[in-house]
Amino acid sequence: MSKSNFTRRGVLKTGAVAGAGLALPTIFTAQSGHAFTNDPTGGTVTLGFNVPQTGAYADEGADELRAYKLAVEHLNGEGDGGMLNTFTSKELQGNGILGKKVEYVTGDTQTKSDAARASAKSMIEKDGAVMITGGSSSGVAIAVQGLCQEAGVIFMAGLTHSNDTTGKDRKANGFRHFFNGYMSGAALAPVLKNIYGDDRKAYHLTADYTWGWTQQESIAAATEALGWETVNNVLTPLASTDFSSYIAPVLNSGADVLVLNHYGGNMVNSLTNAVQFGLREKVVNGKDFEIVVPLYSRLMAKGAGANVKGIHGSTNWHWSLQDEGSKAFVKSFGTKYGFPPSQAAHTCYVQTLLYADAVTRAGSFAPCAVVEALEGFEFDGLGNGKTLYRAEDHQCFKDVLVVRGKENPTSEFDLLEVVEVTPAAQVTYAPDHAMFGGADASLGECNNGA
Amino acid sequence: MLGLNNKDTKLLIVVAVLTLLAPFILNPFPAGSAMAQFNAGYPDLMQRFVIFGIFAIGFNILFGLTGYLSFGHAAFLGIGSYAAVWIFKLFTYNVVPAIALAVIMAGLFSVIIGYVSLRRSGIYFSILTLAFAQMSFALAYSVLSNPKFNLTNGETGLQVYADDLQMFHREGLPDLPHLFGLSMRSTYNLDIGAWSFSFNAGYYLCAVVLMLVFYLSIRIFRSPFGLMLRAIKSNQTRMSYTGLNPRPHTLAAFVISGMYAGLAGGLMAAMDPLAGAERMQWTASGEVVLMTILGGTGTLIGPVLGAGFIKYFENIFSKINDSILHEWFAFLPDGLENFMVFIVHPFVGKGWHLTLGILFMLVVIFLPGGLVEGGQRIGKWIKNRGKAKDSGATTEPAE
Repeated sequence: MSKSNFTRRGVLKTGAVAGAGLALPTIFTAQSGHAFTNDPTGGTVTLGFNVPQTGAYADEGADELRAYKLAVEHLNGEGDGGMLNTFTSKELQGNGILGKKVEYVTGDTQTKSDAARASAKSMIEKDGAVMITGGSSSGVAIAVQGLCQEAGVIFMAGLTHSNDTTGKDRKANGFRHFFNGYMSGAALAPVLKNIYGDDRKAYHLTADYTWGWTQQESIAAATEALGWETVNNVLTPLASTDFSSYIAPVLNSGADVLVLNHYGGNMVNSLTNAVQFGLREKVVNGKDFEIVVPLYSRLMAKGAGANVKGIHGSTNWHWSLQDEGSKAFVKSFGTKYGFPPSQAAHTCYVQTLLYADAVTRAGSFAPCAVVEALEGFEFDGLGNGKTLYRAEDHQCFKDVLVVRGKENPTSEFDLLEVVEVTPAAQVTYAPDHAMFGGADASLGECNNGA
Repeated sequence: MLGLNNKDTKLLIVVAVLTLLAPFILNPFPAGSAMAQFNAGYPDLMQRFVIFGIFAIGFNILFGLTGYLSFGHAAFLGIGSYAAVWIFKLFTYNVVPAIALAVIMAGLFSVIIGYVSLRRSGIYFSILTLAFAQMSFALAYSVLSNPKFNLTNGETGLQVYADDLQMFHREGLPDLPHLFGLSMRSTYNLDIGAWSFSFNAGYYLCAVVLMLVFYLSIRIFRSPFGLMLRAIKSNQTRMSYTGLNPRPHTLAAFVISGMYAGLAGGLMAAMDPLAGAERMQWTASGEVVLMTILGGTGTLIGPVLGAGFIKYFENIFSKINDSILHEWFAFLPDGLENFMVFIVHPFVGKGWHLTLGILFMLVVIFLPGGLVEGGQRIGKWIKNRGKAKDSGATTEPAE
């Protein structure tokens, strides 16, 4: 057993040494009065690009990353400036953001909310990122948006189409430029009615997560309002790669339209399965069987090949648009990478520019100042025409494109044709719409963090 | 000390020093330097090191002592996380009740799963646990998460919303998990010269828990109960013939290690209040098996080392992208630079799995006792340097 004998001298000595030891670090502590998380103090500012590099949405993620790199180049004054020249706000001079050179870090979300949050956290805690952007899945976007709200950095959502992102899960520090499920439904339904008539029976296959649920709810509500009937809705796991077992029951259901609420690799596989089962040659209830894909992208059209011909859907942006902004973006993206950008690339590029512009107008990187600068901001020249960042839910309101798979594509990129440009007014809804969390949904307070 | 022999006390002190000084040890490079890429001393990763260390220590009580290879331990981790987040949602952001419920729920589930799975041993046991874990994953991922009945919130992950009940939450408390008012996110940054060290409240909570459960694990290893578990591993049939019933012991070990996993899950939720279904997937169960084997099965410290090793690769190597590689090799002529980047590229960034796989193979082939055996060999080599070769080295079982 230990025997201890404290002497007065010994205790005093130890106490003095321990006290000095504890006080020592404070000498070195730089008394930095940071008013917000990751205040960039040096000559550079770091942005975090958090995209899926593996998993079902890896194609979109790769294209998003290309767009981010291009945006960083343009912000730093390299390259041809892209949409900086067509943007109606002329604050950005190509000298970085507020004179600080833009640097970036990348991370892999793996299309999993856990991994995405871990990756975003390391960007915030280790790399000092002052803004996080990206995501190619609504589940991930919502999870990361929540994290950014807690940590006190800005989240500029990439490709996320669920109503919840700016609906019941909206956050003061989060912003979305991309359109959403409701807008797809509102834009698509009238076109579908004109082409296929108003007495159709629809069968839905839906990706089983927040985006799929809200997309299905939106398109079902919009088509039912015009007289369609929803026969059945089947939820499919996001990780599925073979949908034959889900397609077979469609044949006997009496439905004459199949709505695929799938995106990315999911949609490529389910559409291919549906075509293999000969659904498109079927005649049900005296009408040709039709397939609808509410959310379309060129990357998906490319993946599904000839199967997309004549299939309708909606999209946020398409490279064949002829306005000045789109042309400038397609040109600089094409020059750098050799092919046209996807809608995912477009929205990510635009979000980066919008963030940089908001910081410049606010004169500060502080999240609350950026929030104030973006709320109610109206702009043009970024490819979607006149656009409003609504203050109530941080959602952009702009025209929506209804597209169709081209029958005779002229090149491997020319896969979709624009059928109709639905004006923003037709897809606008009240901030307290029932599909968007109703009256309970609120942004909360903006958070500057530590 | 504390009922431990000298050697174990030393080990416990080493673990305590390592965990308490981790912010210094893991940040050896100045913040602005090129090597800062390899710093691991930021709160999120340090928390992960410790939490997965706890998970692996628990797993080792089952696998290391009884030899029962469970392929479904991640299920308990997930159950713990969901239980903790539900406490946050319904009652309070205080982490103590959340972690307590996480351990209890994981314990209950492990009694049920263990009772059924332990009817079989060997590969059949592994398959049964795997099946249960995949069932739990499917339940969490889709069955229990639909717009009508949403217990787990599926793909998005269960999280706390502003309009949640939170009965005991009041003004003045942080809107984040906290320990009687001390936010788990609060971090004190110490800048010494070019170096920067972060001391995070959440990390130190995890570190204290790690020391407690590490001590508990030493006591279990050294107890008669631990001896009984080893007997099961060496020859279960003989044990039955001597009139001892192994099943209650294996079930107890299974439940204890399930509760460790639940504790890890609860801590994970306490550090970041979100519970995703992916942490129950079979890959997550496989990960803890890798950690234990990589570190050294049946050793006390091995699983903690293995957990740190894998998490370091996952978080540090995966973030090295091409532009960083180009920076590294910038001193070379252009053609050679691109060639080097081309060679290294598959092993970093999203290719970190490949590097880890190669290292895992090397360890299993050349160091069957894991990293601990590597350490022992180095230690022995240093001790025997210069001495005569005839010392008759005896191979000690990995401890």
